[in-house]
Amino acid sequence: MRRVRLYQISVIAGLLLLLEALCLAGAIDKITMPPPHRIAIDFVKLLITGKLYREIGQSLANVLLAFGSAYFVGIVTGTVLHAYKTVRETLDPLFATYYAIPVFAFYPLFIVIFGLGDGPQVLIGFLLGVVAVIVTTLNGLDRVPRVLRKTASICRMSPFETAIHVTLPFCAPYLLTAAKLALAYAFIGVIGSEFIMARSGMGYEIGYAYTNFDNATMYPLILLILLLSIIMNGVLTHWEKVLLARRGQH
Amino acid sequence: MSSAHVALRGVTKTFPAGAGGHAVHAVGPVDFSIRQGEFFAVVGPSGCGKSTLLELIAGLTPATEGQIEFEGRVIENEIPDGIGVVFQEDACFPWLSVRENVEFGLRKATLGPEEKARRVHDAIAMMGLGEFARSYPAQLSGGMRQRVCIARTLVAKPRLLLLDEPFGALDQQTRLLMGDEVLRLWREIGATVFLITHALDEAAMLADRIAVMSARPGTVIDMVETHWPRERDSRIVERENFGAMTSRLWKTLREESMKTMGRASAAP
Repeated sequence: MRRVRLYQISVIAGLLLLLEALCLAGAIDKITMPPPHRIAIDFVKLLITGKLYREIGQSLANVLLAFGSAYFVGIVTGTVLHAYKTVRETLDPLFATYYAIPVFAFYPLFIVIFGLGDGPQVLIGFLLGVVAVIVTTLNGLDRVPRVLRKTASICRMSPFETAIHVTLPFCAPYLLTAAKLALAYAFIGVIGSEFIMARSGMGYEIGYAYTNFDNATMYPLILLILLLSIIMNGVLTHWEKVLLARRGQH
Repeated sequence: MSSAHVALRGVTKTFPAGAGGHAVHAVGPVDFSIRQGEFFAVVGPSGCGKSTLLELIAGLTPATEGQIEFEGRVIENEIPDGIGVVFQEDACFPWLSVRENVEFGLRKATLGPEEKARRVHDAIAMMGLGEFARSYPAQLSGGMRQRVCIARTLVAKPRLLLLDEPFGALDQQTRLLMGDEVLRLWREIGATVFLITHALDEAAMLADRIAVMSARPGTVIDMVETHWPRERDSRIVERENFGAMTSRLWKTLREESMKTMGRASAAP
């Protein structure tokens, strides 16, 4: 395991060194991309000066709101659909084709409905994530052994108690996968829609910096999004591994 | 061992037709009663409805016709209080430790925390799992996991213990030892035990009375009284009449098992 981790770090370090060399040698010009060490310095400056704290806070709050609502609604909907086979079968074609729908195309409509505030960004993040959570929850619930449900019945538990204490805990690894998907989609939805049409937020700042050749702002912001996404996903993956190890699955 | 603890009267179970299929008459009509404190076993060919019969008594599935009574009350649309079930499949909750799994059996019990803790401790100790209380099921052997399930059932002090081929997944030596454990527990807790098994020697060793079921739809075609003393263990297999007991069971079952396999009766 340690050796694999070492390989992973080596690959990342190697790619960074290669990028650094290409930038310093002029193979990648400075206007396109500054060398990684320059991005790191600008990143630290960005955090120290705090000039974009408001935008960063706003985007993160929207990401968390989109993630939380998609996760909660997705799990509840998945659990309810699992209990009603006919409704599930009716909605199955929608779930199967859902990701062929370009949700971003509805952004102007959402602005008309919700105005220019944070609502449209959060809604897009929510819409992108919610079906992934529903489908993953259903997938987990389908795998709950019948004997565990029978055990809950023998313990005289109601369907709600069975869901809370038996079926959903059994699905915990699936629910963590759902969380990872919802988080990724929340980032994509919120930052993407800020980038396209919003007047504030990290996505907007990246777009603004891009049109003004302001690499000292654009790359540190991209790096920040990358780091936040990796850290949050890393925490969820670690948690997932702990759960699976406890169950004898690796 | 006198009054009827469980009584089945004209019980049948038919599963409705699925898509493109036809209805399946799984069990019945079945009539028998189980005495208070009795160790009662049911044997029968594969697919004869043994497990369905257990689920009917447990209240997990409703009877199509007939009536089942437990302690004089008809079982209708709900799991009766005082019933515990140990299933053949691994029913441990993999995300809970041994202690938490056993505690689960008391989730609906209206006991104080001290009494709950005492009962959990006793049940774990009774099943010899004391040093594994903090382990997770994945860290235990199949036999130990089955003991966790038995402890979780016993902690609620059921008055009727239903065992659905609980040793089916275990090797022969472990099965014999687990059989001894079950007999010891049966004497200690004084519950009525209803055991489903496909192993004739297991039924003959453990039970006071054995119902032999026909091929589907399962009905009771023979009722065998063993007359074993209450104080018994797996060494009962050494008795002269143990062989005669299993022979009788097999004689009755052979024809039914062949029906299940789609074969006609073979010569003598």
